[in-house]
Amino acid sequence: MKLLELLGYFNYWVFAIILTVGLYAVIRKTNLIKKLIGLSIFQSAVFLMYITMDKVEGGTAPIIQTGVENQIFSNPLPQVLILTAIVVGVSTLALGLAIVVRINESYGTIEEREILDAD
Amino acid sequence: MIFVFALFLLTLLVITALAIVHTENLFVAVMLTSIFSLLMAANFFILDAADVALTEAAVGAGVTTVIFLSALALTGEREKPRVGGRNIALVTVGILALLIIYATFDKPRLGDPNAPVHQHVAPWYLEKTPEYMGFPNVVTAVLSSFRGYDTLGEVFVVFAACIGVLFILGVRPPRESLEPRDESSGLRHHLIPQVVGRLLVPFIVLFGLYVQFHGEYGPGGGFQAGAIIATGVILYALLEGEAEALRAVPRSVLLGMVIGGAMLFGSVGVVCMLMGGAFLDYSVLAADPVWGQQLGILIIEAGVGMAVCGALLSIFHAFAARESLS
Amino acid sequence: MIDIGLDILSWILLTLGGACVLIGGIGGLRLPNFYTRIHAASLTDTMATLLIFAGMMLQAGLSLPTLKLLAIMLFLLLTGPTATYALANAALLSGLKPDAETVTDNDKGHAG
Repeated sequence: MKLLELLGYFNYWVFAIILTVGLYAVIRKTNLIKKLIGLSIFQSAVFLMYITMDKVEGGTAPIIQTGVENQIFSNPLPQVLILTAIVVGVSTLALGLAIVVRINESYGTIEEREILDAD
Repeated sequence: MIFVFALFLLTLLVITALAIVHTENLFVAVMLTSIFSLLMAANFFILDAADVALTEAAVGAGVTTVIFLSALALTGEREKPRVGGRNIALVTVGILALLIIYATFDKPRLGDPNAPVHQHVAPWYLEKTPEYMGFPNVVTAVLSSFRGYDTLGEVFVVFAACIGVLFILGVRPPRESLEPRDESSGLRHHLIPQVVGRLLVPFIVLFGLYVQFHGEYGPGGGFQAGAIIATGVILYALLEGEAEALRAVPRSVLLGMVIGGAMLFGSVGVVCMLMGGAFLDYSVLAADPVWGQQLGILIIEAGVGMAVCGALLSIFHAFAARESLS
Repeated sequence: MIDIGLDILSWILLTLGGACVLIGGIGGLRLPNFYTRIHAASLTDTMATLLIFAGMMLQAGLSLPTLKLLAIMLFLLLTGPTATYALANAALLSGLKPDAETVTDNDKGHAG
């Protein structure tokens, strides 16, 4: 019983690990595309945390079926926030990649060190 | 039973994330990102977020991968290893992970019905959606009506990002000696993928339209539909070459979709004000408030779908056009 | 009676499908070079898809989900082998020889 209760936090642990793995890629890798990949992992971790919070025990997706009494629904609000955030995430990621492409055209490299040396 | 499956998927998710950061080949990293997104979508589905899972599968595993790959084609796929500083980064990140894990013990356990999140506005949304809107999907109702301002903002962020990409990549590359490569032919020499792909594209677009207009009754809506239709057109571009895809859906149409979609959303709000309601209060659009809500939601979902589809495709074409120059 | 029979049949199909996925996974890890590996992996695209979806359709009975499952199965049966073909073709075009003796880490690099 105690163990099962602890496993109820497993999603949050995965959230913490993925978040820090993404952060590691952002602070440690010098390749700009790798940094952006790290940033999108970081972002996915936040999505996972929000969606974890929406779960209600014994609930279903918040689509109300007629004629079924006493249904339990998961929380629709975090879902809405993340639904829009995913699409916004890909657009901003594309903006970042566009800047990286331009940097590569101007400096001939996407390694942070070499760009700093070139300046 | 589903709980064991969730544990399995989450463990795979962690392994994939570690592999993405570990590999030095960026191409492999991007492919793993696609797998990561698919696993994430499966997790979302287990956590009862069908709409989010649909979006993540279409956007994360489909569009993001293509955009990453087209950026990689312009930059190069090898990452140079970096020496030194590894331990400091690992220790910092490790301490942070332990702190976050320690902090999560204050959070309510997974699925706790008494968690604070479930006490505030969510029950009200669940209770009032059938009464105000008269359709079953609460996520669509919250997205497009109860939190319409939020969604309007997000659509304009997508719009702004798209314009930004077009500005950044619209300028000619600095090296002048570049001669345009002969028209990229896509997979024209690979007969089997081409035939199967041609067969699938109409069904993908049809499914996108279904998701768009069935969004009030099942998982779906403008964001998902826009992404799915965009993947269909991107598949066509990959099979037939980018020029052929631009002939099918020209740039002007794409820009019109982005601008028109965002404008449609905003103008519905203004029309609501002109008809005596508040901004984005659809109840005034028809004599019966429920019909008004349904009409308003149908129109703004169409606007969202157009804007998202146009933005993603414009971004894809901006990268792809760059490719054929260098 | 007939319900129990259908249930048993569907579970047999599901178990066989699961076994196919497992064999495909082991093959993908253990076989010596790229072409044999995708050969193993394509087992999950075809045989496992057929068996698992047949099992799930028997579980669903005559209803709308069965039709949806059928549509998904057709989609997977169309795309899976195509993807395998495209992968093998791309590998061949980029110069990876289908040679049974090449057992090197280099192959792994190409396959990855």
